[in-house]
Amino acid sequence: VSAPLADALRALRAGGDYQRVLSAIPYARFLGLTATLQGDVLTTCMPPAKRLIGNPVLPALHGGPIGALLETAAILELLRQTETDRIPKPINVTVQYLRSAKVVDTFARAEITRHGRRVANVQVRAWQDDSARPVAAAQTHFLLRSAAKSGE
Amino acid sequence: VLDRAFKALVKKMIAGGSPHMRALGMQIVTLEDQHCVARIDYDPQLVGDAMAGVLHGGVVTSLLDSVGGIAVMAAVGMRQSLATLDLRIDYLRASTPHEPLLADVACTRLTREVAFTSGRAYNGDRDDPVATMAATYMLGTKRLPHALGGSKS
Repeated sequence: VSAPLADALRALRAGGDYQRVLSAIPYARFLGLTATLQGDVLTTCMPPAKRLIGNPVLPALHGGPIGALLETAAILELLRQTETDRIPKPINVTVQYLRSAKVVDTFARAEITRHGRRVANVQVRAWQDDSARPVAAAQTHFLLRSAAKSGE
Repeated sequence: VLDRAFKALVKKMIAGGSPHMRALGMQIVTLEDQHCVARIDYDPQLVGDAMAGVLHGGVVTSLLDSVGGIAVMAAVGMRQSLATLDLRIDYLRASTPHEPLLADVACTRLTREVAFTSGRAYNGDRDDPVATMAATYMLGTKRLPHALGGSKS
């Protein structure tokens, strides 16, 4: 069971294959997440799907998958910018829901506000058709883990 | 006291109305005046770290957000269109692989516009939580048709 993710992380280090990391995370597959790196900017996308709907009357995406998209975008950004060879562990996540999210492509981009040796603070924004009108934002803390260090 | 019709409505909402709650396999355990407990069974599709078999943090978020919304509706006494304003989750420990995840959320204060909630997610033992949460919801963001229980008149 351990092989796909470890291989995916090695492939990421070698060639920047974020999609392979996502496909090694079952819940990211369940959400249908995709990631694209353009220049120095990594964008994670959650395509619309019926099972992501929380309120079928509006209709609007459920807040949970949006939180998961934000959290996953933060994880990918940490994998990109740090040397960690395991998935960083979330300590806490504060999600602000700014607008009702339509059932369309939702994009997320993360920014590492501060990262020390053990903890990173990452801010993430999600938007849909207009990047100037975010649908949600998150403030997150992650514990950075390295396989090189033992005893954690 | 909540009437049986309301409980049935919430169960129906989960079963038929909210595709994401259904996709997670969410089931109501108890539903009281301002308080809801629900569970999801362990599902390999919901795992974040395949090495450890631990549920993804987003699953914990989804469950707590949903159960919080139901606790607010229970406090209001009818189905309401809600919007989560803000949700904070502290991940206290990894969810135990192969065990169901429960969430227990109470609406701690209800005003005309805003509802405040707090809760926790856990496996077998409520006193050993996987995560704690605090969330606020805006009430009555959209009027619902009578058929969905949004209005009694």
